[in-house]
Amino acid sequence: MTIIATEALTKTYGGGVTALADLTVAVDAGVIGLVGANGAGKSTFIKIMLGLVPPSSGTVRVFDLDPVTETDKVRARVGYMPENDCLPPDVSASEFVTHLGRMSGLPRTAARERASEALRHVGLYEERYRQIGGYSTGMKQRVKLAQALVHDPDLLLLDEPTNGLDPAGRDAMLALVHRIGTEFGISVVVCSHLLGEVERICDSLIAIEGGRLLRADRISSMTAVSDVLAVEVADGTDELAAALTARGLTVSREGRLLLVPLESDAAYDRILQAVSELDLNLHRLDQRRHRVAELFTTKETADV
Amino acid sequence: MSETGVIHDIGYQRYAGERLGRLAALNALYVHGLRASFGLGRSAKAKIFPWLVAGIMLLVAVILAAVRSQLKQVIFTYVQFADQMSWLIIFFVAILAPALVSRDMRSGTLPLYFSRPLRAADYVTAKFAALTTAVWLLLGVPQFIMFLGAAFTGDDGAKGVWNEFLDLAPGWGYSLLWALLFSGISLLIASFTGKQAFAAGGIVAVFLLTTPIFGVLSILPSTTANEMAGLASPMTLIAGVGAWLSGNTENTLDPGRFGPVYGIEAVCLIAVCLLLLLARYRKVASL
Repeated sequence: MTIIATEALTKTYGGGVTALADLTVAVDAGVIGLVGANGAGKSTFIKIMLGLVPPSSGTVRVFDLDPVTETDKVRARVGYMPENDCLPPDVSASEFVTHLGRMSGLPRTAARERASEALRHVGLYEERYRQIGGYSTGMKQRVKLAQALVHDPDLLLLDEPTNGLDPAGRDAMLALVHRIGTEFGISVVVCSHLLGEVERICDSLIAIEGGRLLRADRISSMTAVSDVLAVEVADGTDELAAALTARGLTVSREGRLLLVPLESDAAYDRILQAVSELDLNLHRLDQRRHRVAELFTTKETADV
Repeated sequence: MSETGVIHDIGYQRYAGERLGRLAALNALYVHGLRASFGLGRSAKAKIFPWLVAGIMLLVAVILAAVRSQLKQVIFTYVQFADQMSWLIIFFVAILAPALVSRDMRSGTLPLYFSRPLRAADYVTAKFAALTTAVWLLLGVPQFIMFLGAAFTGDDGAKGVWNEFLDLAPGWGYSLLWALLFSGISLLIASFTGKQAFAAGGIVAVFLLTTPIFGVLSILPSTTANEMAGLASPMTLIAGVGAWLSGNTENTLDPGRFGPVYGIEAVCLIAVCLLLLLARYRKVASL
């Protein structure tokens, strides 16, 4: 099911700054990574989907609704977690999330119940009556996530949810986002400038740069044929490369490593044979998964 | 039996209940703002100031009611009561308007509001209505106490009560005018800064700095300048409107033949404040 579809979406701010240019994507439900450097247009894309800024040209549809004309319907089904600090210090998390639940149109008692539920799901249950000012950065990020979740949206838009978190906090937040996407049945768009982070939890990926679409695809199709074997020998790397090429393998060098595409398990045997025939000291032979990042870099150089 | 001690993780529950619209959200924001004005649902520290002001005004009202009932003396009329309390009201809006709007601005909460069905106009309406109601209650409740003291200790029975009520009603209307104008001005000033102290200072400054202008104009040797002097300051503007509408110019300033000008300025000032607030939040809402 396509949840977000854009057609030649362009946004130019007054002053001639182009934030998005000719963006055409169709995204299926699931966990979606929206990746790009700072200023690539990620936040603008999110604001357009929320109906906060109108597009300059092109169309965007969220759940087949137009955010410009059917703003209320879209916003009722979407939860938004902004990048910046957005929590008042002098109220408790429970009160704050309840209040925002009511702002989303929940009746009073439902808002209170949903707020406790949302806070429980993000892992803040005992602490929810304490004032937010005393929370750690990790807890604040969880409150921000809870307020986006309180009205039970069908789509969450998370702008840099791991911002300011330590490695353990990042992992916990990513695991939580993954859980929301898989167990809760809520689609999630995760914005990040760290590709390595989102590729772990996403089903599909949209990469934008300078407002233009770099690539949009499912993660599985991006990494399908990307398994390689990395071979490292003490010395005689050149001879080994020649021997492997002679055996019909495509070899590429990366520093002291030789990279060989793993087309079948026979590749292992052929490499080992070549190594033993040349009587080299094998230091390393391991299978390596192509990082999605490498796909982008090769794509980019190909474009140039 | 063994089942009872087990805690079941029921997992995530989808919400299938009722979803109310924008109007309900606006109403919730209004009630929230009104409660926050009196420190309800906020920290103990936030309760001190509003209740101190309310306490002083109630105390004055009780004393006035007692004097009225025992000695049959009118110290302040309902309208005069509002005038006499003007500085307390100014301090009240100077503290509360920033608490209502600057706080949201400072902590960056606005994107959370405006990513929901709520619009800039809804936000402005709810906050303005909340502060107006708070100020009106602040004046209206003491006026009602004065009314009770006067009406039910008289000798005229039901007719006396009714006559007294006819005095009270314009007093309430006058308080509403105070509330509308002061809420509009103070919210507008507060919406420009996230720092509550700056906002409070700015609000007091506006009321404080316009008073000397009125003072200078009112002692000029020109009747026109004297009669128009009240237009310079929000407080005297309201006094002028009150005098014009009631036709009673003792003890207050005399707008003379410029009464309608006072009325027009008051209405325009309120409208302009609201429009500027709306423009301000339109800009903020698009982030």
